[in-house]
Amino acid sequence: MGMEIAFWILAALGVGSALAVVLNRDIFRAALFLVFCFFTIAGIYITIGADFLAGVQVLIYVGAISILIIFAIMLTRQTQRGSPSNRLPLPALVIGLAFLGAMVFIVLTTNWHVVTPLPEAGPTTGAIALELFDPESGFVLPFEIASVLLLAAAIGAIVLAREK
Amino acid sequence: MNLYLLSPEISLTAFAILVILLDLVIKRKGILVYVSILGLITSAVFAATLWGGEATTFGGMLVVDGFSIFFKFLFIGVAIMVVLASVDYVSRIKRFQGEYLALILLSAVGMMLMASTGELVSIYISLELTGISLYVLTGFLKDPKSSEAGLKYLLLGAVASAVLLYGMAMVFGLTGTTHLGDIATAVSSGALGSPALLMGIVLLVAGFGFKIACVPFQMWVPDVYEGAPTPITAYLSVASKAAGFAVILRVFYTAFGPVSLDWGMIFAVLGAITMTLGNIVAIPQTNIKRMLGYSSIAQAGYLMMGLAAVSSLGQSGLLFFLVSYAFTNLGAFIAIIAISNKVDSDMIADYRGMARHAPLLSLALALCLISLTGIPPTAGFMAKVYIFNAAMQYGLLWLVVIAVINTVISAYYYLRVVKVMFLEAPASQERVPSSGALRFALCIACIGVLVIGVIPSYFLRIAEVVVRALGS
Repeated sequence: MGMEIAFWILAALGVGSALAVVLNRDIFRAALFLVFCFFTIAGIYITIGADFLAGVQVLIYVGAISILIIFAIMLTRQTQRGSPSNRLPLPALVIGLAFLGAMVFIVLTTNWHVVTPLPEAGPTTGAIALELFDPESGFVLPFEIASVLLLAAAIGAIVLAREK
Repeated sequence: MNLYLLSPEISLTAFAILVILLDLVIKRKGILVYVSILGLITSAVFAATLWGGEATTFGGMLVVDGFSIFFKFLFIGVAIMVVLASVDYVSRIKRFQGEYLALILLSAVGMMLMASTGELVSIYISLELTGISLYVLTGFLKDPKSSEAGLKYLLLGAVASAVLLYGMAMVFGLTGTTHLGDIATAVSSGALGSPALLMGIVLLVAGFGFKIACVPFQMWVPDVYEGAPTPITAYLSVASKAAGFAVILRVFYTAFGPVSLDWGMIFAVLGAITMTLGNIVAIPQTNIKRMLGYSSIAQAGYLMMGLAAVSSLGQSGLLFFLVSYAFTNLGAFIAIIAISNKVDSDMIADYRGMARHAPLLSLALALCLISLTGIPPTAGFMAKVYIFNAAMQYGLLWLVVIAVINTVISAYYYLRVVKVMFLEAPASQERVPSSGALRFALCIACIGVLVIGVIPSYFLRIAEVVVRALGS
């Protein structure tokens, strides 16, 4: 019960801060709201017992990505004037609402694949590791491809960032 | 876990790293090109040893069958041609030559994996590996146009990835698995026709549609094709597109086979719009790279007919079309590289009278443009006949009619370039020099175009054998 109340509070805060990100004209404040939004999502992960995911969310999104975004804003000029206005607010609103409507309808009407009984609350790190690295049924292949992906990204970043 | 099944990808990754390391110590950078090509050939040899068998490893995530090896050969072949076509280009940039080649190899690894993974997470990550390498390669020149192209490609690609992940998440939420085979089981046992599955399929089509550049996800094509280094434009237009089609074939036939009626129609309608838009907007273009960009959108439309005809005939038609399109488009782009090296312009108007001072190059470009139009005796003609036939057999007469009308429209802008080259007076009498590597690659492309056009049966048989791995 307590978890459920916490979920609804966090969900409301998350949606509210996400709306603030898009509606705020000052890009720096929008970025700060985004950080808050990431935090509420980490909270939601905790309410469903995904402690590892919550930790990763805080480390990567709240920690690394937010810092990156804020740095990018600080290093880019012309932020004082705020974010440029959208030239197509009405079509964007219509399409956004249509997509939202479709998603809400789908989420409510679909018979989702639900795991029963609910897994016990507790540390999930070990279980995720076993699931990830099991040689027969784990996700070893995508894990290995991800390392090549990071290599390509690192090379690319160096090429693009270094002066000619 | 049988690591040997992964040997083509592992060896190519190793060679990519080797190229970067050699780049640090070697003074004569020309050697790097040979190392890259050696790496690609090594990878092809490993792939050849796997030919004929059907095996999976990593718990079904890596699927090595005729289909995936066919695409491995295709990507390796295209990458070799692109590396050869880059020789002149690489020698012009002072720094990062090793990185340029390494990124081509790494994106090839990504594409090879895209064609041979049977699981959504792996598909997504290999798609990103391909994408990130290509974003960087697009912006490699670092001049305003190239940077803009790279940035546009990155931003729109990121949106497409987000949409794709959304779709994958919905499919996973519905079925509880990311393995394509298990998804098929779950789909046929109850989730059939649920709105979430439809939405998931639509989002997946959107995400993959970006890769193959079909309407309405084609906005990036003209700017990116114009701004990117020309060898990379060729790479994007052929290999990246083929990888997208490989993934679509694998995902939709393996996972969504039971709901075939829904998505076949999506592809039919999108294909019809794609080819019409591509062809009509190509007509007023004055820049040849932009024109070929729109032309590649139109070609994606024809290719999608193979997806719309949900049958083994459609699949093999699509594969055959991809091979002939690869030779044709690579040939066209290589000829353009050779010509623009000299005239330093991509404007069609500057090709005036090219036939006088570069007769062979003009002839090769004309051959490729004729093949893109679909006139015998070229590969493009056979490919169109075969894929139109597949759509006809499937009962999509309206789609074939639209495609034939489109072919006629496309003749106008393809043949206009031929006319400018052959019938108008030249602006200058200078010879157009080209490097041996470029001439060799162009030669292979033109021979391919003619051989497939004259004796298509051998290639058709391979395509037919290969698609048996997918079932239908």
